Amino acid sequence: MRKAFIPLLVVATAMFAYAPIFIANAPYESTMLLIQKVMYFHAPSGMVMLISGVISGVASALFLFRKSRAADHVALAAAELTAVYGVIVLLSGPLWARKAWGVWWVWDARLTMAFVGWLIALAYLVVRKYGGPGSEKLAAGLALFGAANVPFIYLSVNIWRTIHPQTTVAPTLPAGMREPFWFCVAAFFLLYSLLMTTRVRLERQRATLDDLYLAAED
Amino acid sequence: MNVFFNIAFLVFKKDFTIELKSREIVYTTLLFALSCILIFSLTFVVEGQPLAEAAAGIVWIAIAFSGTLALGRTFERERYSETLRALLIAPAPRAAIYVGKLLGMVALLAAAEVLLVPLVAVLFQANLLGQLPLLAPLLLLGTIGFAGVGTLFAAMLVRARTRDVLLPILLYPITVPVMIAGVRGTSALLQDPAEPALAIMWIGILASFDVVFVTLALWTFEPLMTE
Repeated sequence: MRKAFIPLLVVATAMFAYAPIFIANAPYESTMLLIQKVMYFHAPSGMVMLISGVISGVASALFLFRKSRAADHVALAAAELTAVYGVIVLLSGPLWARKAWGVWWVWDARLTMAFVGWLIALAYLVVRKYGGPGSEKLAAGLALFGAANVPFIYLSVNIWRTIHPQTTVAPTLPAGMREPFWFCVAAFFLLYSLLMTTRVRLERQRATLDDLYLAAED
Repeated sequence: MNVFFNIAFLVFKKDFTIELKSREIVYTTLLFALSCILIFSLTFVVEGQPLAEAAAGIVWIAIAFSGTLALGRTFERERYSETLRALLIAPAPRAAIYVGKLLGMVALLAAAEVLLVPLVAVLFQANLLGQLPLLAPLLLLGTIGFAGVGTLFAAMLVRARTRDVLLPILLYPITVPVMIAGVRGTSALLQDPAEPALAIMWIGILASFDVVFVTLALWTFEPLMTE
C-alpha cells in the first residue's frame, strides 16, 4: 500500500477534480432540478459512513477478544472517519431535504440512524480522549454495542415512520445519472481507504513511540 | 449452571441488603423522578390540559434519567472501598456478577416504576393503569434492556475519570431503540381506542433487543472488566 499510496492519491485528487464537471454534465432530475445533484456526494458519503462504522465495530470486537493492538488502531481510525463522513452526510442531507420535504430535518428511520451512529462515533472519540487510562477497552465496548445497535434503530424507526428515498433508488438510476453516481462512490471509497491507511499508520507510529518512551524510562 | 445463578443471587442479595439499610439510592432516585415529572408538567401542560401522548414520553424519560442516576450511584458505592475489585477477584464467573448487578438494577427501577406510573397516570390524566396487562411487560422488558446496557457501561466506567458525564453520553444513543419501542408501545396503549396489537409488536421488538444486548453484555463483560 505504501508504494501505491502516492499514485492512488493522485488518482483520487484527479477524480475529485473531475467529479464536479461530470456531475454538472449529468441530466437534471425532473422535479428537483439542481438540488438533486447533492445526491452525488451525499449518498456515497452515507455508504462510506455506514461501512466505516461497521469496520470500527468489528475491529473493536477483535481488539477485545484477541487483544490485537493493530485492530484497535483500525477501530480508532474508522471511528474518526465515521465522524468526519457523518458531518458530510448530515450537512449535505438537509440541503436536499429543505427543497424536497420543505424542512431541514425530519426524524425518519435513516436520518435518525445516521444521527445516532454519528453520535456514537463522537462518544467513542470523547471516551478515548477524556476517559483516562484503560479507555481503549471502554471505547471498544461502545463501538461493538453501537454497531449492533444500528439495525435496531433502523427497524424501530422504519416501522414508526419513514419518508427517506429507499435504497432501491441507487441501482435503478437512469443512464446519464448512473455513471457520475458510481464515479463518486468510487472516488469517496478511494479517499476513505487512503485516509484510513494514513490514519492507521499514524496511530501505529504513535504506539511505537509510546513503547520506546516506556522502554527508555525502564 | 446452579453455581452461576447462586453467585448472581448472592451479588443481588448483597446489593439489596446494603440498600435496605441505607435506602439512599431508592430515595434519591425516586426524588429525582419526581423532580423530572415536575419539570415535564411545566412544558407539557398547556392551559391546564396535558398534551395528548405526553404521558408515554414522560414515563420513559423519567425512567431513563433516574435510571442513569441510580446506575452511577450503585457503582460509586462499589468504588468507595475498592469493593468492585474484590468482587472481580472472587473465584466466580464474571458473567454471574454482571447478572447479579443487573437483577439489582432491574429491581430498583421496577420499584421506582411502581410509584412513577400511577403518579403520571393521575397527574397527566392518562389511562395507564387500565392498560396494565400490556403496560407491565412493556415496562419490564424496557427496563431490562436499559439496565442491561447500563449495568455494563456503568461497570466499565468505574475506572474512568469522567464517569459522571460519560455514562449518559454512552448510554442514551445505545438505548435509543428501547426508548422508541417503549414510548411508541405505551402511546399505542393510550390511544382512544387502545391498539393492543401495535403494543404487542413493540413488546416483541423490545424482547429481541433484550436478548441481543444482554447476550452481548454477558459475552463482553469478562474482557471488558479485565485490567
